[in-house]
Amino acid sequence: DVKRVKDYIYWLYYQYLLITCSYVLEPWEQSMFHTITVTVFAMVVYTAYVFVPIHIRLAFEFFSQIFGGQPESTV
Amino acid sequence: QKNGVSNGTVYKKTFIEHFEQAPMYVAVLTFLGFGVGTIFGYLRDFMRAWGLEKRSVAAEREQQKDFVPLYQDFENFYTRNLYLRIRDNWNRPICSVPGPQFDLMERVTDDYNWTFRFTGRTIKNVINMGSYNYLGFAETDPNALKTVGKELQKYGTGVCSTRQEMGTLDKHVELENLVAKFLGVEDAMVFGMGFATNSMNIPALVGKGCLILSDELNHTSLVLGARLSGATIRIFKHNDMQCLEKLLRDAIIYGQPRSRRAWRKIIILVEGIYSMEGSIVRLPEIVSLKRKYKAYLYLDEAHSIGAVGPTGRGVVEYFSMSPDDVDVLMGTFTKSFGAAGGYIAGKKDLVDFLRTHSHSAVYATSMCPPVAEQIIRAMKCLMGLDGTTQGLQRVRQLGKNTRYFRRRLHEMGFIVYGNDDSPVVPLLLYMPGKIGAFARRMLDKNIGVVVVGFPATPITESRARFCVSAAHTREMLDTVLNALDELGDFLQLKYSRYSKSAHPELYEETRFEFED
Repeated sequence: DVKRVKDYIYWLYYQYLLITCSYVLEPWEQSMFHTITVTVFAMVVYTAYVFVPIHIRLAFEFFSQIFGGQPESTV
Repeated sequence: QKNGVSNGTVYKKTFIEHFEQAPMYVAVLTFLGFGVGTIFGYLRDFMRAWGLEKRSVAAEREQQKDFVPLYQDFENFYTRNLYLRIRDNWNRPICSVPGPQFDLMERVTDDYNWTFRFTGRTIKNVINMGSYNYLGFAETDPNALKTVGKELQKYGTGVCSTRQEMGTLDKHVELENLVAKFLGVEDAMVFGMGFATNSMNIPALVGKGCLILSDELNHTSLVLGARLSGATIRIFKHNDMQCLEKLLRDAIIYGQPRSRRAWRKIIILVEGIYSMEGSIVRLPEIVSLKRKYKAYLYLDEAHSIGAVGPTGRGVVEYFSMSPDDVDVLMGTFTKSFGAAGGYIAGKKDLVDFLRTHSHSAVYATSMCPPVAEQIIRAMKCLMGLDGTTQGLQRVRQLGKNTRYFRRRLHEMGFIVYGNDDSPVVPLLLYMPGKIGAFARRMLDKNIGVVVVGFPATPITESRARFCVSAAHTREMLDTVLNALDELGDFLQLKYSRYSKSAHPELYEETRFEFED
């Protein structure tokens, strides 16, 4: 079963190589390309993790203020 | 998708062509792949220009660096950076007859396709899906080649002269009479080379003041002949009869560009089967257009002679038309007859004119006798004049193989272009990374295929082109189809949205028998 999972992961990696045309590059070019791709992907994930929940919460508050509009009681 | 016909009465049988478009994400990913390749191409060019990397690439000499640059255009950039990386899939030397199977010399590269070296081994019995061997006449069977051997002993190999000086042998006369009888026309003339037949005879037929209407996807030989002739060239969209009719009407209404005189001659250049698309020309509509507007028709049957039609006489017979409808019938003997050379056939006046005015007749060496004898024996076999029905059997076998192969590919879910009856089968690959992977993996499975990329096809539509042959047995085709199935799943090539069934279960009944 572990072999099947490893084969599947290798197949996914191969698809990535084919789609981005890094299959034809020489090894040092491939390493460079992988580094850049992984860096960009990591930055996208980090930005999403840091900023998206805050923006969703603010948007939710903005829209609920328009439609609800009741002031919070301070008692 | 079925194509509707504009004149419902012109076609006597259904004309089904497929040109399916891939889903949008495929086009996006193709451009992405080419973008990555281009960026790395610029990087490598930069490194080569600044001396960070020393490779033997074509470059101008030091003294010429201030001249107009020779290697800066896109084609050279593409060749240097993209074609070179997967160059090991082309120009592979073979060392046997290109029949249904052949032997390949093994080639390895140590420096990423800049140089190759032969290991000395040969890869034996690679299934041949790339040679134009439609009827299987490329064979080494001594029985079949008996007459060819005899003519070789009698005439030798060289003719050493042009047609008009001393190069017309009795073999040529015999061959020309046979070709004329085969096609059902008055007379024919044969030339030594198929490409030269087109490029040297079109300038003899048209000149300045004439109009050439040529299909978008015509072969280079037709384009070269048209350009050499000096006539005005207008292009119509591939197999698009509305576009052709509009061009004809404009030509007749407006005449020549500045003087508004009538054109001296209007000639339509089309091919029987287009070798990159696998589509068949819409001959009945073109003939009705040409009769209405009084134009001439030049039909290049390089891939279709011998390969389509109930008895192998080409597209004219495929559409059940008479050869008198086409003014100039041209074809080559390279594809279906296992020889070399070309012919032009038509009315006797036309061929007599070409005998005196063709550039090829005046300056080019004529066909050599053993090759002429090979064509004679192949044609006699096709016509049944050698006493057997082998010729007809080969044509029928080719038709069966073609239909089977195309049907299975469509069922598996690949995008395949072209008409259902054409033996040229292009399978679309689209992404540049998959071109090299596909060809290499097929060779690992002992199947030789031809993959085609940018300059010969549009940049986003790279393809693998299969040429089905009558010499392929059902087992060979099944081997190839199974390999394609496996590879299609592994490389994700099954883009079609209209496949009938993914895996047709052939043995369902016997499976249920064992379930008690």
